[in-house]
Amino acid sequence: MEGNLFTAVLFATVVAGTPLILTALGLLVNERAGVLNLGAEGMMAVGAVAAFATAHHSGSPWLGVLAGLVAGAAMALVFGFLAITLQANQVASGLALAICGVGLAAFVGKPYESLALPAVPPIRLPFIADIPLLGEALYNQQALVYASWALFWAVLYFLYRSRAGLVLRAVGESPAAAHAIGHPVVLIRYLAVAFGGAMAGVGGAFLSVFYTPMWVEGMVAGRGWIALALVVFATWRPLRVMLGAYLFGGVMVSQLFVQGAGLQIDFPSQFLSSLPYLATIVVLVAISRNPATIRLNSPLSLGKPYRPDA
Amino acid sequence: MLRLEARPQASRLMTWLSPLLAAVLTLAAGGVLFALLGKDPAEGLRLFLIAPLKDLYGLSELLLKATPLMLCATGLAIGFRANIWNIGAEGQFMLGAVGATGIALWAGESESALVLPGMLLGGALAGAAWAAIPAWLKTRFNANEILVSLMLVYVAQLLVSWLVFGPWKDPQGFNFPQTVMFADAALLPVLVDGTRLHLGLLFALAALVAAYVFMYRSHAGFRMRVAGEAPDAARYAGFSARRTIWTGLLCGGAAAGLAGMAEVAGPMGQLTDKLSLGYGFAAIIVAFVGRLHPLGIFLASLLMALLYIGGEQVQQYMNLPNSIALVFQGLLLFFLLGADVFIRYRLRFGSEAAGA
Repeated sequence: MEGNLFTAVLFATVVAGTPLILTALGLLVNERAGVLNLGAEGMMAVGAVAAFATAHHSGSPWLGVLAGLVAGAAMALVFGFLAITLQANQVASGLALAICGVGLAAFVGKPYESLALPAVPPIRLPFIADIPLLGEALYNQQALVYASWALFWAVLYFLYRSRAGLVLRAVGESPAAAHAIGHPVVLIRYLAVAFGGAMAGVGGAFLSVFYTPMWVEGMVAGRGWIALALVVFATWRPLRVMLGAYLFGGVMVSQLFVQGAGLQIDFPSQFLSSLPYLATIVVLVAISRNPATIRLNSPLSLGKPYRPDA
Repeated sequence: MLRLEARPQASRLMTWLSPLLAAVLTLAAGGVLFALLGKDPAEGLRLFLIAPLKDLYGLSELLLKATPLMLCATGLAIGFRANIWNIGAEGQFMLGAVGATGIALWAGESESALVLPGMLLGGALAGAAWAAIPAWLKTRFNANEILVSLMLVYVAQLLVSWLVFGPWKDPQGFNFPQTVMFADAALLPVLVDGTRLHLGLLFALAALVAAYVFMYRSHAGFRMRVAGEAPDAARYAGFSARRTIWTGLLCGGAAAGLAGMAEVAGPMGQLTDKLSLGYGFAAIIVAFVGRLHPLGIFLASLLMALLYIGGEQVQQYMNLPNSIALVFQGLLLFFLLGADVFIRYRLRFGSEAAGA
């Protein structure tokens, strides 16, 4: 592979992995509090539409990102009301959110389908962007790419180095014990769910405002579901989420690899497009083969409703 | 002050009232939505609920749309009963259409009476085979069937797209992504002259009856229900979890495959890349709103079909995107899940102490 092609592939991989990182890290925090929200696809779609519409009307991509964040969190709170307060089945409530979100996004987004936003120029970091091969790929990126790295460090610090993170993990492992020593389980779960929704909304905003500055129905294309699979694949650990997200980002831009390797084989484009979905199945199988891996790593109360008695 | 008090046991009455409550709330929310969009709510609801039913043709279209929903939801409900979350009916539906189309294209201009039964079998088997992938990965590798079956929806969509853009494309089709129109022997007969309502409706009704017999009158169905309601009891009784998973997914896949077959051999008459209107996903809602019971699924699929047709009406007469139907469908499921709280709790007035 030539040098500038290597840079191009790495650049595209990082870009493609970014919405997955944003969404999956949010879901990871969400699930660490013991709540399984399968609605990521819907939250990303609503976030993408809200961000696009806001950026279009205000002219500011950043207001767009903010709108995506708020819209994602709002959707998540609807789920939270069902799953936490009313203790509805979390799987069913999450599916409802996924279906409803995708439908709502299609409905609201219809008038915006033929529009495009101006491309947002990347931010070139001084000095390190000049590193050969890597610099252009890693340090001449959209601000949200850098934000996804900051989010990674923040989540890492929060979960493993802060008291609040310890409490959140306790709520996910044993809500009854956390409640008994006086932690507000319900409030913490609501906050975790809202955070997961907000990050999925930002992930959606990245797609519609930065990645391909437009909105098309179905443009989230299963990324929400892939992010959910990533959290399992990463056995609920942030570093593995990052690695997994870039792995999937690489799979998503696989047509670049094919060109890069100089392959002249005429693949049907549908075959390459199906690779991320097939790869998701393969990694799920790989990580689930040993039941102990999942059992030991998943938050103990994941998916189980909890209602404080008093 | 209002508060929720746990019922001593789940309310059977509320189990069936909750979908009605959800339907009423969805309509109310729909009226509010129309008002917010600056449209007349009464006119919007009339287009959604009354206009589609005003004549025989409207009724036939309702049953036509309800057919794939009924079939997919019936199959899904068998799995859902046992906590097998197959959410990939959309993909199994597409594979059923692909299997049936393969046989129709192979038979070509043949006028044999075996073409339709062959397509039926091909559709059901192809749908079941697609569902067998998550079943095998779940039983053999413990892979989550929700994510696997969902991923296969995208793969199925791409497979259909490859077929109709590539090897199966109609050479005389002006490059449209579609196959040739099927020969008459590969089309399901129409039930009522002058409408598009076809034999597939009878498949769906037969599937509902078969599902009822299976779930409530057979030992295998009993095992499925126990596995869902009391997993520990099922394990203790020695019911095979593996068999439950296979049964749940294969039933769902075969029924969805049959629905896909009925769609290409019925109203479409060919395979195109705009095959499904999301029937496989809507069927999840139908299964829940229908309380996973065949009778409930029958009624719920009529309601959901009404929402589909209402969406088209609103698009035509009010100039709103027909995806408003998706919003209504999603709202229906949300309200149902919310209303279900009354199955386990009742509303009480007054404070906690006064009630205790």
